[in-house]
Amino acid sequence: MEKKLDFIRQHRLFSCYTALVILILLIAVFAPYLAPQDPMEGNMKNVLQTPSAEHLLGTDKLGRDTLSRIICGTQVSLFMTICLVLLLVAVGLLVGIVSGYFGGRIEMVLMRLADMMLAFPGVVLAIAIAGILGGSVINTILALLAVGWAKYARLVRSLVIKLRHSDFILAAQVNGTRTRDILLRHILPNILPMVIITGAMDIGTMMMEIAGLSFLGFGAQPPTPEWGLMLNEGRQYIQTAPWLMIYPGLAIFIVVAIFNLWGDSLRDVLDPRQE
Amino acid sequence: MKRLGNRALQMLITLVGVSFLTFCLTYIAPGDPAMMVLEAGDTIVSEELIQKTRAEMGLDKPFLVQYANWVGGLLHGDMGISYSAKKPVTEKLAEGFQGTLLLAFVTIVFVLIISLPLGIWSAVRQNEWPDYLVRFCSFIGVSMPNFWLGLILLYVFGLKLGLFPIASSTITLKGVVLPALTLAIYQSTKYVRQVRTVVLDELHQDYVIGARARGLSERAILWKHVLPNAVLPLITLLGMSIGWLLGGVAVIEIVFSWPGIGNTAVRAIMMRDYPLIEGFVLWIAVVYMFINFLVDLSYAYLDPKLRKGESG
Repeated sequence: MEKKLDFIRQHRLFSCYTALVILILLIAVFAPYLAPQDPMEGNMKNVLQTPSAEHLLGTDKLGRDTLSRIICGTQVSLFMTICLVLLLVAVGLLVGIVSGYFGGRIEMVLMRLADMMLAFPGVVLAIAIAGILGGSVINTILALLAVGWAKYARLVRSLVIKLRHSDFILAAQVNGTRTRDILLRHILPNILPMVIITGAMDIGTMMMEIAGLSFLGFGAQPPTPEWGLMLNEGRQYIQTAPWLMIYPGLAIFIVVAIFNLWGDSLRDVLDPRQE
Repeated sequence: MKRLGNRALQMLITLVGVSFLTFCLTYIAPGDPAMMVLEAGDTIVSEELIQKTRAEMGLDKPFLVQYANWVGGLLHGDMGISYSAKKPVTEKLAEGFQGTLLLAFVTIVFVLIISLPLGIWSAVRQNEWPDYLVRFCSFIGVSMPNFWLGLILLYVFGLKLGLFPIASSTITLKGVVLPALTLAIYQSTKYVRQVRTVVLDELHQDYVIGARARGLSERAILWKHVLPNAVLPLITLLGMSIGWLLGGVAVIEIVFSWPGIGNTAVRAIMMRDYPLIEGFVLWIAVVYMFINFLVDLSYAYLDPKLRKGESG
């Protein structure tokens, strides 16, 4: 307990942002209980109501409560973003370690592929992939994974190559340690911090890209309460019901800002060498 | 010369790879293009007619033959016919590109107007209130989804104040202001940080201390010595932005109904207009790589150290 308090005292900012991140996670998990109304249930008598005591952030074209939809949207957006970032890290680790440690022809093919992805504006391809496969939560994640893995694979590979010839790895090899153990016990723990930092700092960007795809109609489909999709629906009522486009965007902005701050401070904690 | 050759080969591989991937995607995608063409044409669809159309469009051939045909056409400057518009793909792309080009140009001008003074100001007054203010704004900008920013600008300046049109179906100078401003604000958040870092780096160089010791005024040091040196690192960033602007701004073009190439692409994807999608992806790849190439060249030209290495 004393140790934990010490940590919090030393890293005040990080602890503060972590608390905010946990708060968002809690909102996402308990969204159905926190939402004052059912986010999916329309009421044609309450269409496009201005914000009031009953509907704090107004209602949409089907009379659904905007606040409830935003709260439940936390769940959808966060779930998609976390899945995406975990997949990016996993694929990056797999491809990076395989090509960095074993090298050879596999490395050449994988890295050519990665170069190809990096030599091309990712968003365009993500839009094309998600659009052609058809808009859905899974296809959005796949599309962004397809264009995003290269950056992680490159990073992991460069870290592995630096490690591969270090003395402790050579010692392990000479001792006859199984390759699997070298990779899992020696290589992985050494590269994980950098990869986690990169992943954490990408959460905000990924969340915005997911929202962007949904906004274009290539992500989550109605009636899912997803922030980007809500902005898309609200856009048509910009003149009569501006709250429909203001609040979902505000939600994205706040959550992205918190995750960006958290990612930056996580880097400072895990990697004190930088700056 | 050898480096150029390698570079060209790498670019060619990327082009073939990207176009092949897109082609694969459209091939495995759900939905039959022949069916869609017929449905768009208001004809009564019969099995026989579908078969005939498929044969006309070359869709009955094996996948690799289709790809080879497409590449063959490409070498003659023929990207096929758009399913939805019944026009050559090249024509559709050229139409959209005019709008995108204007938008990209105005955006870059805005970016420079916003980020250069702010970045320099923030570096010169490091750890004072201007620095904190600029950094705070830049952080806000980074975390703000740019399509939301676009919607807000549209609401305030388009609807409430009525200064700018809320949708432009044709290319107008008034219509370009808001989308360009939206993109510029978003891009500037990155530039301001970069300008600040670069200028700070230069301010800590020995030659600046030397200049101060010789009694040069701070203003002269900044304008005559620091800024010319700070330009170089910004060029890479600028090149990347131009590439990004010429291809990746679909969301903003949709928000403002701006008739650009991103808008064309999103519509093409919605209508499953495969030749147009393939043409678009290839076009973006070409533009992006070409601009990266130009950036490298300009780098070599502007940096005397590299120029010497190139000739010697």
